[in-house]
Amino acid sequence: MLGPAHTATDHRLGPVTQVPYGEGRAFEVAGEQIAVFRLRDDTLYALSAVCPHKGGPLADGQLDSTLLMCPLHQNTFELATGCSPTGAAPLRRYDVRVEDAEIVLTA
Amino acid sequence: MTATLTPPQRAGGGPDGRRRLVVVGNGMAGARAVEEILARGGAELFSITMFGDEPYGNYNRIMLSHVLSGEESHEDIFLNSLSWYEQNDITLHAGVRINRIDRFAKVVFSDDGQTTPYDQLIIATGSRSFMPPMDGLMGPGGLLPGVFAFRTIDDTRGMIDYATHDEHRQAVVIGGGLLGLEAARGLQSHGIDVTVIHSPKHLMNAQLGPEGGDILKQSMERLGIRIVCGTRTTAIWGPDKVRGVRLKDGTEMPCDLAVLTAGIRPNVEVALTSGFTVERAIVVDDAMRTVDDDDVYAVGECVQHRGEVYGLVAPLWEQAVVLADQITGADPTAAYMGSRTATKLKVAGVEVAAMGVQGPEKDTDEHIVFSEPRRGTFKSIVIRDDKIIGATLLGDSNKVAFLQQAFDRGLPLPEARVELMFDLGGPSAEVGVAELADDAQICNCNGVSKKAICDVVQAGCKTVTGVMDKTRAGKGCGSCKLLVAQVVEFAADGAVEEDPSVHYYVPGIALDKPTLMAAIRDQELRSPSAVFAALAPEGAEDAKSKMGLASLLKMMWGEDYVDEKDARFINDRVHANIQKDGTFSVVPQMRGGVTTPEQLRRIADVADKYEVPMVKLTGGQRIDLLGIRKEDLPGVWGDLGMPSGYAYGKSFRTVKTCVGQEFCRFGTGDSTKLGIELETRMQGMESPAKMKLAVSGCPRNCAESLVKDVGIVAIEGGRWELYIGGAAGAHIRKGDLLTTVDDAETAKLLTGRFLQYYRENAKWLERTYAFVPRVGLDHIKAVVVDDSEGIAERLDAEVQKHADTYVDPWTEGATPVEPGQFRTSLPLEVLPRVPADRATELLGGSW
Repeated sequence: MLGPAHTATDHRLGPVTQVPYGEGRAFEVAGEQIAVFRLRDDTLYALSAVCPHKGGPLADGQLDSTLLMCPLHQNTFELATGCSPTGAAPLRRYDVRVEDAEIVLTA
Repeated sequence: MTATLTPPQRAGGGPDGRRRLVVVGNGMAGARAVEEILARGGAELFSITMFGDEPYGNYNRIMLSHVLSGEESHEDIFLNSLSWYEQNDITLHAGVRINRIDRFAKVVFSDDGQTTPYDQLIIATGSRSFMPPMDGLMGPGGLLPGVFAFRTIDDTRGMIDYATHDEHRQAVVIGGGLLGLEAARGLQSHGIDVTVIHSPKHLMNAQLGPEGGDILKQSMERLGIRIVCGTRTTAIWGPDKVRGVRLKDGTEMPCDLAVLTAGIRPNVEVALTSGFTVERAIVVDDAMRTVDDDDVYAVGECVQHRGEVYGLVAPLWEQAVVLADQITGADPTAAYMGSRTATKLKVAGVEVAAMGVQGPEKDTDEHIVFSEPRRGTFKSIVIRDDKIIGATLLGDSNKVAFLQQAFDRGLPLPEARVELMFDLGGPSAEVGVAELADDAQICNCNGVSKKAICDVVQAGCKTVTGVMDKTRAGKGCGSCKLLVAQVVEFAADGAVEEDPSVHYYVPGIALDKPTLMAAIRDQELRSPSAVFAALAPEGAEDAKSKMGLASLLKMMWGEDYVDEKDARFINDRVHANIQKDGTFSVVPQMRGGVTTPEQLRRIADVADKYEVPMVKLTGGQRIDLLGIRKEDLPGVWGDLGMPSGYAYGKSFRTVKTCVGQEFCRFGTGDSTKLGIELETRMQGMESPAKMKLAVSGCPRNCAESLVKDVGIVAIEGGRWELYIGGAAGAHIRKGDLLTTVDDAETAKLLTGRFLQYYRENAKWLERTYAFVPRVGLDHIKAVVVDDSEGIAERLDAEVQKHADTYVDPWTEGATPVEPGQFRTSLPLEVLPRVPADRATELLGGSW
């Protein structure tokens, strides 16, 4: 919904099982680096994959049901919004869903 | 008294419906109280009128000594200039004195013949210099010319004028307290020869004990100020102006100036004649109200609260806050509970800090004293029931910030009391935080300044953990946490709120470590997700808690631990250390720092094959391959054919060794053999924080055993010394001697036993250098060496179990344990971004 609607298209990124529970994996989608995270209840979130602070690989971060933590300097980001409670610039968020056990990301 | 229960709602008698607030006294207390009231929306509630008998705005009386010494001009010390009163719509009657309060008619009568009505009144009349009884003090029109008090701007100006007359060469200062010594030093700067006469036995007797007083005397004398203690001044002779003083023993001292600094007395006459209860000063309750009239408050040095009269500025600030909370209704529950007074000042250039009692009062009180008169240093600390109840520091205020906190808040004290007096390494702040400049960097990892922390506190965040979250101060290496806490304390002016979570093992579960471990064991929780589900609030997972939990569970359950990769930090997911560009560093195990040509060849081949940008020796005697792509990790491990060196985890790292007796002509023990055996036994052991060990073959200590988590030193006769709790990273601490043993086997056994005890009892991320002093060396000795708790056998068995079940994590390279374990997380980046051929660049291409 927050994405630029006029250009947004769905991208099928393959089986959801390639993202282990509680972790993230990074994908290249339309020239962007996007990290997809999967909670234990199978909720998916998608955010830009590079930490705006110092370029940390966010797919290597740790998360819980609301927050993602960058592995380099422990900045945190809200999974649902991409906003950072620790004061980093916000991440871009993407709509993502599961269809037929596949990750479908809108970008 | 319903009126006082609902003061904010009550309409005032003023023409605009606001209440009329009259403040008698325009000194530091009165003006501060008004500032606090304005800060609580007081301008809406009150029309404010202030009376001050000095014809100025409010100035900082404490700084008068600087004015006297010429360091500052009197314009510099104003806290509230006359324009401040205008801007805040305050009617100031400067130079007008209140003679009487009619609390039934609710009016005050001033010496200019006016009558001013009030709805509420604050008495802040302060105090004045005490005039000790002596002959000849008064001349025809007041004090004999040349006699000065030292209380006001006018006193100070008069003194400077008089002191700068050419014919005035000598001064006597009567009273050797803080103010007297400051006056003496100030007069000296005008070229005056000064003698201080102090009737008690030693200087600054209100703050210092006899020993401290004597050392201060020596310091003053070194500055050229003569000090005479234990005798009273009985007369001043003139007759036209001061020409000398006479002491009780008959000694006569010629002088041109006499300064009276023999204490202060509260100004209570107005209150007394107006029918208020006055004992030593005006009696107030915890709401800072006079006990006689709910609409009349009093604040500052003119006040007696619970029997105490204060002459320092800090209690006055605290009183002003409570008064403002009460009178504005901002916090009707606000209560002043008295102040624990701590003085920290520079007296005539000598630093003096004093708090609480001066010396031990009970047989069981501990008294720690350090005295170095030659340098003018004196330190005395009194401890009761493991809490500081008094401290005096003279000439060295390094530890004042910590001592004051410990005194104010009853903080736990280091087992080695000497650490209270000196920085011996370990977590400590070297500079008092108050002295730090605003732009001083507190957190060197994340670049957080003192000002950034103070701003967050001022914005209302008053817990240390809250400030750390908001600023990221202390979130790097963590070595500045204590300093951060001190800055927060400083910024909050003592009003720090303790966050209960400081006692939690991990932030997301409200339990300390022993309770958490008991719950995990009772409920047989074997995975991080199971722990969150059972013990976290609403079962919520917490990202910041996962790593600590995973470590704890692995330690507790060993092979039965249910590993969940998402609970692991990336380093532990891929068994390598993440670098700034998202690549990893690979450090193969090199036990005891011993390697072979075959290993070196393989490492060289790997470096070539994977175009490793930098090969570097580590501080732990190993070889680091930097800039390895995540997806290359399995290949690198496979080609190396060496096990993990664990240079990435909160775990056992290395044992540094020297070459030992086999080669070294000084060696007395086989340090390399013991080091390798230790590393073999303890490799990969998870722990609350990293564990770095060393074994040295003789007391020359080439492996730096004294600054390791466990350091072992061979000594003559085949014996081994075991040191614990050392550090030489973010903190420097010399390890404590745990014990000396007769053989290497026992050294190995006790090393394991100590480390297991540390694993089970340390807080998450608590290194041994903090753990050992916290738990206490004696206690650790008792448990580890003497088995006082009967757990030695179990601890040894846990270590053995770890050794027996250890699996090298790099075997996961051949058989990844989860999908995409080694997949890149930056698919569009060209990694590594660390400079290729860094070594060639550094070495200039030739060697």
